[in-house]
Amino acid sequence: MLGPVAAGLYGTLLPAFGHLPVAGQTGPNLNAFRALFDWPGLWDAVRLSLTTGLLATSVSLLIVMLIVAGWSGTRAFGALERLLSPLLSVPHAAAAFGLAFIIAPSGWLARIFSPWLTGWEQPLDLLIVQDPWGLAMTLGMITKEVPFLLLMTLAALGQADATRSVAVAQALGYGRLTGWLKTVFPRVYDQIRLPVYVVLAYAMSVVDVAIILGPNTPPPLSVQVVKWMSDPDLSLRLQGAAGALVQLALIVLGLAIWRFGEKIIGWAGKRWIVAGRRGRADPLVGGIALGIGAVSALAILLGLASLAVWSFAGFWGFPDALPDGFTWRNWMRHSGGISDALFETAVIAGAVTLAALVLTIGCLEAECRYNLPFSQLSVWLLYLPLLIPQVAFLPGLQTLFLQLGADSGRGPVMLAHLIFVLPYVFLSLADPFRAWDSRMGTIAAALRASPDGVLWRVRLPMLLRPVLTATAVGIAVSVGQYLPTLLIGGGRVSTLTTEALALASGGDRRAIGVYGLMQTAAALVPFALALLIPALVWRNRKGLRHG
Amino acid sequence: MDNAGLTLDGVTIAKDGAQLLAVSHHVAPGEVLTVMGPSGVGKSTLLAFVTGTLAPVFDATGRVMLNGQDITDVAPHQRRVGILFQDDLLFPHLSVGANLAFGLPAGGTKAERQAKIADALTEVGLEGYASRDPATLSGGQKARVALMRMLLSDPCALLLDEPFSRLDTARRAQVRDMVFARAKARALPILMVTHDAEDAQAAGGTIITLQATDAS
Repeated sequence: MLGPVAAGLYGTLLPAFGHLPVAGQTGPNLNAFRALFDWPGLWDAVRLSLTTGLLATSVSLLIVMLIVAGWSGTRAFGALERLLSPLLSVPHAAAAFGLAFIIAPSGWLARIFSPWLTGWEQPLDLLIVQDPWGLAMTLGMITKEVPFLLLMTLAALGQADATRSVAVAQALGYGRLTGWLKTVFPRVYDQIRLPVYVVLAYAMSVVDVAIILGPNTPPPLSVQVVKWMSDPDLSLRLQGAAGALVQLALIVLGLAIWRFGEKIIGWAGKRWIVAGRRGRADPLVGGIALGIGAVSALAILLGLASLAVWSFAGFWGFPDALPDGFTWRNWMRHSGGISDALFETAVIAGAVTLAALVLTIGCLEAECRYNLPFSQLSVWLLYLPLLIPQVAFLPGLQTLFLQLGADSGRGPVMLAHLIFVLPYVFLSLADPFRAWDSRMGTIAAALRASPDGVLWRVRLPMLLRPVLTATAVGIAVSVGQYLPTLLIGGGRVSTLTTEALALASGGDRRAIGVYGLMQTAAALVPFALALLIPALVWRNRKGLRHG
Repeated sequence: MDNAGLTLDGVTIAKDGAQLLAVSHHVAPGEVLTVMGPSGVGKSTLLAFVTGTLAPVFDATGRVMLNGQDITDVAPHQRRVGILFQDDLLFPHLSVGANLAFGLPAGGTKAERQAKIADALTEVGLEGYASRDPATLSGGQKARVALMRMLLSDPCALLLDEPFSRLDTARRAQVRDMVFARAKARALPILMVTHDAEDAQAAGGTIITLQATDAS
């Protein structure tokens, strides 16, 4: 994983210091940085990156912690848990479009309450979506990061001995939520620290959500960097590369601020723990947290519903809550483009996920066959491509591919996708793979099955469900990739995601609805299959129903 | 010297420099060697050493001979050493019949294989169970299927790791007698580790008792 990231960073570093022979520039010099600092929008862009990233991460984390603290093990929590996989698989872009369709001045919310309550006959002239403070964008990030952090927390809970700790705390008179925060949270946070950093780095440098929900004048730094990078004027690439390095520095700064915050919270938390308050406000706080969690889940689901309605909408005047009629016309009009993009998306996602699965299973099997320990260092290496902002190393990687003579096309795009798909597939499969009862392997070997036989005939069939889930995760990650497809593909590889994003500035809601819905389906259907196939294949095998 | 049987030749197992156990013994075909001791003294590591699945944190010395062949460095699946654990460990994704077929060495026509499986099931009073889901069987039934699966693989020795401790008292003696009877009928040397005195008595062979050391 280090290779492509390092090569990409190197390929960004050179042009940032004025070295780009393709554009007739040789360095080193600081011209690119000078140009960057002369750009009047820089400080607003930098501020936007920092505030939206830190705000989205801290709010998401707060919501998740309060929900888990107050509700884990309850029926309401079970309902939220079941929604988790589908919510997770919804691509960022589709969720962002959906949110925009709801909260925009002419969106569903305004329509539902107009004109009978608000008296609005015309949509308000208000910049709700793409507001200059980046609040809509932050909101969009929160709705998508809450399910991700929730999943990571659930995985960590098992190792934190949560149930018994809370039981002890409750026996000592603590409220459930306070007891959880005081006893379980420190251990859980230790486990989810890396995923939280990933969320922070991602939220600070996100491009697709920022294009849809973020401000335009100026946009967040990452978006501006991408604009410069894809400009036909090659000299702007130098400026873009310099911006990418500033973005990287920003993330380091963001992480430093976050670490500092961790220290303060840790210090204050210790005082809070020994102060011995039992938490009388628990039910209220827990209720509010669950409410917010439900709203954020609902925002995604309603957003998808609004994509669906728009994609079938005939004429739809403003204060009406629903269109006058429903029609297939929008789908017919885009059927050609959709099927091309769907084919491209499926080919890339399928090949990349298969490669990631082979690599992951190979690594995990080698680890247990040859007793190779999996070090903390390798975990960090695995997370590295998720921590380094995409805009910082993808342009360099693109330059590198060009120099290697690889035409910007499907192959390089697949390689770039693999960098991001592999960590997720690995993280999704590693725990179930390692949790498999190794005595099954001993028994199978005693029954004279070779190591390969054990893997193919016993281990993988028993792990069918987690393997399929990891496959679905891989496909969803690949389907959602915007920047690698755009930059490495040189604009010539069109997936559902790049096509949907290309529509963002146009404002054709029907087309966005069609593409957004298809994008969601491409990610969601594999998840449904990952649930359905094991249930069908193992319908007569009770022992695997919960495995 | 009569080579038939399982020989533990000067076997010692240590962890972090502290010796857990030392055993040197010959188990003749049809005989039982019982290794007793409280949990935590490393009884099961002895079996892991014999099956070839000892974790690398342990240091083992000595040789394991099976019918005169040194199998100490042979791959686990080529040792022909069978093992039963306290859990049945039937493969949950396979039917009862397919579990047995997994144990049966390759070869023979489909009809011959099915006949062997049917015979094995009949031998333990489970005729007609081939298509059942193992998860729907009772504890005693699962234990019997696990035994026949292991015996069908035609092992040259049988290891038992606390094999009866999960069964209730009523089934326990029944399953235990069946395991010893079937294994002795095939003249298999048996190495059993247990903490249960009754199991050790019923086995009727040599008993080695390990003491808990400070190191463990």
